Amino acid sequence: MAERSFAHEVRKLRAGEGSTVSGEGILAVTKALLQSGVAYVGGYQGAPISHLMDVLGDAHEILEELGVYFENSASEATAAAMLAASVNYPLRGAITFKSTVGTNVASDALANLASGGVQGGALIIVGEDYGEGSSIMQERSHAFAMKSQMWLLDPRPNVAAIVNAVEAGFELSEASSTPVMLQLRLRSCHLHGSFTAKDNVRPPMTVKDAAENPSRQVDRIVLPPASFVHEREKVEERWPAAVEYITNHGLNEVLGAGAADVGVIVQGGVYNTLNRAMELLGVSDAYGNTRIPTYVMNVTYPVVDAEILDFVKDKRAVLLVEEGQPDYIEQNLNTILRRAASDVALHGKDLLPVAGEYTATEVTRGLHAFLSRYLPDAAAAKPALLLPVGDPRSPFAPRVDPSVVRTRPPGLCTGCPERPIFSALKLAERETGKQHHVSADIGCHLFAINEPFNLGATTMGYGLGSAGAAALSPKGADRRTIAVMGDGGFWHNGLTSGVGNAVFNQSDQLLLVVDNAYSAATGGQDILSSRNDSPLRSTKHPIEKAVRGVGVTWARTVKNTYRIGELRDLFVKALTTKEPGPKVIIAQSECSLNRQRRERPLKAQAIRDGKRAVKERFGVDADTCTGDHACIRVSGCPSLTIKANPDPMRTDPVATVLDSCVGCGTCGANAHAAALCPSFYRSDLVYNPHWRDKALARLRRGWIAVLSSGVERRAARFEAMEVPA
Amino acid sequence: MSSWGSGQRPITIAILAMGGEGGGVLADWIVAVGEQAGHHAQNTSVAGVAQRTGATVYYVELYPPGHARTDNTRSEPVLSLFPTPGEVDVVIASELMEAGRAIQRGFSTPDRTTLIASTNRVYSMDERLALGDGRVDSNTLLEAAHLGSRRFIGADFMDLALRSGSVISASLFGALAGSATLPFERSAFEDAIRASGKGVGASLAAFASGFDAAQQPAPQPLRTPAPTGNGPVPVAIGLRRPIDPAEEAAAAAQARREQLAISDPASLVGPALRRHAARVADHFPAPARSMLLHGVVRTATYQGPAYADSYLDRVARVAAFDTADEAARLTTEAARHIALWMCYQDTIQVALQKIRRRRLDGVRAEAKAAPGQLLNVREYLHPQLEEIADTLPAGLGRRVARSTWFAQLVGKLTHNGMVVNTTGLVGFTALWAIAMFRPLRPRSLRFVREQEAIDAWLDQLLAAAATDVELAREIVGCQRVLKGYGATHQHGRESFTTLLEQADALLGRDDAAATLARLREAALADEDGATLRRACAELAAPTALASPAR
Repeated sequence: MAERSFAHEVRKLRAGEGSTVSGEGILAVTKALLQSGVAYVGGYQGAPISHLMDVLGDAHEILEELGVYFENSASEATAAAMLAASVNYPLRGAITFKSTVGTNVASDALANLASGGVQGGALIIVGEDYGEGSSIMQERSHAFAMKSQMWLLDPRPNVAAIVNAVEAGFELSEASSTPVMLQLRLRSCHLHGSFTAKDNVRPPMTVKDAAENPSRQVDRIVLPPASFVHEREKVEERWPAAVEYITNHGLNEVLGAGAADVGVIVQGGVYNTLNRAMELLGVSDAYGNTRIPTYVMNVTYPVVDAEILDFVKDKRAVLLVEEGQPDYIEQNLNTILRRAASDVALHGKDLLPVAGEYTATEVTRGLHAFLSRYLPDAAAAKPALLLPVGDPRSPFAPRVDPSVVRTRPPGLCTGCPERPIFSALKLAERETGKQHHVSADIGCHLFAINEPFNLGATTMGYGLGSAGAAALSPKGADRRTIAVMGDGGFWHNGLTSGVGNAVFNQSDQLLLVVDNAYSAATGGQDILSSRNDSPLRSTKHPIEKAVRGVGVTWARTVKNTYRIGELRDLFVKALTTKEPGPKVIIAQSECSLNRQRRERPLKAQAIRDGKRAVKERFGVDADTCTGDHACIRVSGCPSLTIKANPDPMRTDPVATVLDSCVGCGTCGANAHAAALCPSFYRSDLVYNPHWRDKALARLRRGWIAVLSSGVERRAARFEAMEVPA
Repeated sequence: MSSWGSGQRPITIAILAMGGEGGGVLADWIVAVGEQAGHHAQNTSVAGVAQRTGATVYYVELYPPGHARTDNTRSEPVLSLFPTPGEVDVVIASELMEAGRAIQRGFSTPDRTTLIASTNRVYSMDERLALGDGRVDSNTLLEAAHLGSRRFIGADFMDLALRSGSVISASLFGALAGSATLPFERSAFEDAIRASGKGVGASLAAFASGFDAAQQPAPQPLRTPAPTGNGPVPVAIGLRRPIDPAEEAAAAAQARREQLAISDPASLVGPALRRHAARVADHFPAPARSMLLHGVVRTATYQGPAYADSYLDRVARVAAFDTADEAARLTTEAARHIALWMCYQDTIQVALQKIRRRRLDGVRAEAKAAPGQLLNVREYLHPQLEEIADTLPAGLGRRVARSTWFAQLVGKLTHNGMVVNTTGLVGFTALWAIAMFRPLRPRSLRFVREQEAIDAWLDQLLAAAATDVELAREIVGCQRVLKGYGATHQHGRESFTTLLEQADALLGRDDAAATLARLREAALADEDGATLRRACAELAAPTALASPAR
C-alpha cells in the first residue's frame, strides 16, 4: 500500500473527449498515456515520479478494462528491458523512473533497445531529480539521450503541454524507430494545472495479441553484424526521420519572431522561468507576449540544425538558457554555427551559472547581463533582486543574523522503526569499544549519516551498500566493516550485487538489512518481502530465506527493532562471532508512516464504537530531567525535543515529548539500553475500560492515596501554597 | 511601463514548512480558493526526501481573471515554479526559524511581503543536541520578522491548531484569510476546507482561531538592554523575551514573586520554614531573596529544615563578598547553584519526584486525560550499581560496591532496564519505600562525597572572590556542568574538575572570568569532552610559546 492513495484522482482518468481535467502533472501524464493507446507500462518508483507509479497502481481497473498491462518493475533495468516488447511488435510502451540514478541502472537495456530500434512507440518518462529538493547526485539525463541516441523531450512546465508531449513522443518514436525520453523536472511533476481531455484509446494490439502471435526480426538483435548496421541506421535513417517529424509537427516553438535582432534559446523545461525573468525585466507579459525573439526547445535532443540557423540568421547575438552541466547544447550549437560560418554571438554559461538549478533569480541575472550588452534600452524594469546585496532595497540585504537560521535536513520520522536500529548500533559500538567503517545505501536509513547518529561513510547507489564494503572487509582485520541495505535496495539488486558477491568472495562484513515492509523512502510501495497481502502482487517472501538461498550461513531476523537492548546484543554478537563469511542481520519493523496511516483511523473507530483501547505516549519528567539531552543524542526523534525549563532555579532547557508522539517505545528502550536518566515515562490512556480495569483502579487509587498523604503532608510544611494571582 | 510593473502579475505565495506539517494541504486549499474565484492557479513543491521532516517550500501563484486576449502567445498565463526574491506577496512560515529562512532567502521583503508566521519554535537538531542551552535567540528572529516584512502577522498558530484538535495548516489558512491580503471572502476559504472533506469540524475551528489571531498585533521583540555599569552584561539565559501571552503571564508572575520575596517572604515558604524566610529577609540582599527562598524550600523538602540552615550558611559565606553589586548577582547565582548541588539527583530524590501528587496530575494533563479517565504511568528505570551503593549508608555502600555477586545480581536485573508501574500497587509502594530512605541519606556514601566537594568548591570560589568577584561568579556557574545520570554525570564531574583547575590557573589574569565562561561553554559543547580539551590546550599553547626552552 503506497503512502498516498490516488483512488479518488484516478476517476479523472475516465474523462472523455472535451472535458477539462485538473490535477498534478503526473496524473496528466497517466491520462495522456491512455489517450495514446499505450499497450503496456512499467517502471520503478522514486521521487519525483513515485506518484506516477502510485496513480498507475491505483488505476489498475481502468488499465485492465483497456487491456493495458502494468507492472511494478523490480528495477529500472527491468523496466527498460520491458520495452523489448516494442521491438518486434507495434505496441506502444511506456516506462518511468527517476533520473539520473534510474537511467544509470537502466542504461544497459536502454543501449540495447536504442541500438536495434523500435517498431512500436517506446517512451521513457524520466523524473529529473535536479536542483532544490533533489536527493541524488546532480547530473543530466541529456548524456544518456546522446550516448544511446534516444530523443529527449523537455516540454515546458504546463500540464497541457506535457500531455501533448506524451502523445507526440509516441509518434516521434514510431516515425524514427527510436526510443524517446520524456524529461519531467521535479517541480513539473508536482505542478497543478488543467488540460482538455480526449477519449482513452484501447491499444490496437495488446500484449496478449503479441504474445499469441510471436514474431522476430533477427536484424534487430544486437549481435554483429547487425550491431554495426544499427549504428549507421541511427545517423543515416533514424536521425533524419526524427528531424523531419519534429520540424513538420512544430514541436519546437519560435515566439516574438522579428521583434529584435537578438534572441534567446531556451530548454522547454526552463521556459516558464525565462518568461518570468522577461516579465521582471519588462520585455514580456504573463501571456508570453515577448519582445525578445525566443526559440523554445521542447525537444532538446536532437538539436535541429536548420531551425537553429533559421532562428539566428537575422540576429547579432543569442543567449542559450541551458540548465545543468556539462553544456551539451551549447557545444552542439557552437558546432552548428561554426560549420555554417555564422557570425552570430552565442552566449550561455558565460553569462549564466555553469552549474546548479536555473532559478528565477539566476535566469533574470543572466538575461539582464545579456540585454545590457546588446539591447540596453530594452529592459524597461529593474527588479530588486538585481540590486547589490549592500543596497537596503535588495531582497538579500542582511535582515537576519545567519547564526539563528540553522539547516534543517530531512530525518527519520516520529516512530520510525529505523531509529532504534541505529541507536542499537551506536550502543553496540560503545560496548565493543570499536568504531567501524559503515557502508551506507539509498533509503531513509541514509539519514543515519547525520546527527545524532553520524553512521555511514559512503553511499554508492541503490542496493550497493554491501558491495560498497567489498574492499574494506579484509580477512585478519581487528574489526568488521558494517554494510547497510534497505529492503528496497535488497530486492532491487542487493541480493546479487551485495549478498551473493559477499558469499562468493567470503567477505567478513556485517550486513544490516533494514526491512520496513515497503520501499518506504519512495512512498511506501510494496516489494517482494512486504508483509501485507496484495491482491495484485505476490508478497511475503522473507529476506532471510533469500540470503540463505545464496549461501549465507549466519543470518538472523529481528522481528521488533524497538527492543534496542536485544538488538544491541545481537550486533555485538555479529561483530565478534568467529563464523566466516558475511553475517546478515535483518531488522524488521513496519514503516511508521504507513502503520500510523492504517492504524490511527481503526483505533479512533474502536474508541467511538465503545471498545477498550489504549493510547500510549511517552513523556519526560521535567523535575527529574537535568537538561543534558543525552536522550536526544541517541535518538533524534522529531517528537523528542526541548522546552524552557519550568524549574525557576534551572536554566538549561529540559527534554520534552510532543503530542505527535506515537508511543513507539524507542525513548523507553533507549533509556534502558543506554542507561539514561530516569525521566522517561510512558502514559497509557485507557478508553472504554472493562469493569476489571475500573475495579483495579479503585483499589489502586485508595492505596496510593494512603501512602501519598504522608508524603504530601510533609511537603506541605515546607512548600508554600500556590501564590494567588 | 512593463506589464509586471503595472500590476499585471500573479499573487505569489510561498509556504515554508517542515515535511509532515500539512504545507501541501495548505497550498491545495489556496489553489482551490483561487480557482473558485476564477483565478488561474498553479502550485508546486519539492517533496522528495524533504518531506521526511526537512524544510520544504511550497509555492503558489494565482493569476486574476480578465487579462486574456485572443492574440496572446499563450492561452493561459505562464506562471513561475520558483518564488522570486523580492517578488513574493505572502510568505507563510510554520515556525519562527522558517520565517527567518524566508527572510534570509529574500522571499519576505519589507517593501512587499505580508509575513504570516507561527511564533512557536520547532527546534532544529543542533539546537536540541547541545548539552546545555543550544537554542537560538527567538528575539533575533522576531526582530527579523518585523524588519523583513511589510506586515508581520505573528501568533502561536501551532498552539491554536492543537487547541482545536487540528493541524497548523488550518490555523495558518485562517490567518491568511484574516490577513485580507487575498481578494476572497472568508466563506470561500471555509468552503475550500469543507470541500476537502477530512476533519472538517476541527479544521474550521482552527481556521477561525487563526483568522481572529490575524487581527491582533504581532508580538514585539525586546530591545537589547544596554550594558549597565562596568563588567560584562549578565548572561540572562532563560530570561528570553516573552513573545506570547503565556510567557508574558509567566514573566508577570515572576515579577510578583520578586515583590513578595521582599514584602512578605514568609508567604513563599511553608509554615515550617518561617524562621528561614525571616533569615533570608534579614541577612541577604533583596534581589537574591526570591532565589534564596526557592533554595530554602528545595533543600528542606530534600532533606529537612536543618539542611536548609546549612544551605543558608553556605550562601551567606558567598554573600559577604557581594557588596558592590546592586543586582546581587553573585549571591543570586550562588543561591541557585548551591541549592541545585545540595539537592543532587539520587535514587531517593527521583523516587520522591515520581510519586508526588502534582507530578501524576501533570502526566494526566500532558496525556490530555479526561477527568476520571483511567491512566497508567510506567517509569523506565535503569538503576546502576553505583547509584544503589551510593544510596546506602557509607560502610555498607562501600562493601556492596565491592561485592561481585551483588554486581552480578544488579547487572542481571537491570541489564535491559526495569519498567515500574507507578500507578500500580507494587510499583508505587516500591518507589514510596525508596523515598522513605531519606533519613538515612546523610550517612550515605554519596552524601559524604558531595558535601566535601561542595565545600571545596566554595573554598575555591571564596578565595577567588577576595580578588576577582567576576571570576568567583563564573566559578559558581561551573556547577551547571554537573548534570545527567550515569555516564553523562561522570563526564560532567570530569569537566567540572578540569574547569576548577583552570579557574585556579586563571586567577589573577584580567580576562579570567571571560575565559572561564568560554571554557564552560566548551564543556557543554559535546559529551566526550573534546571541545573542552581543545580549548584548554589552546589556552596553554601561547604560554608554552612564550616560555623559551630551558
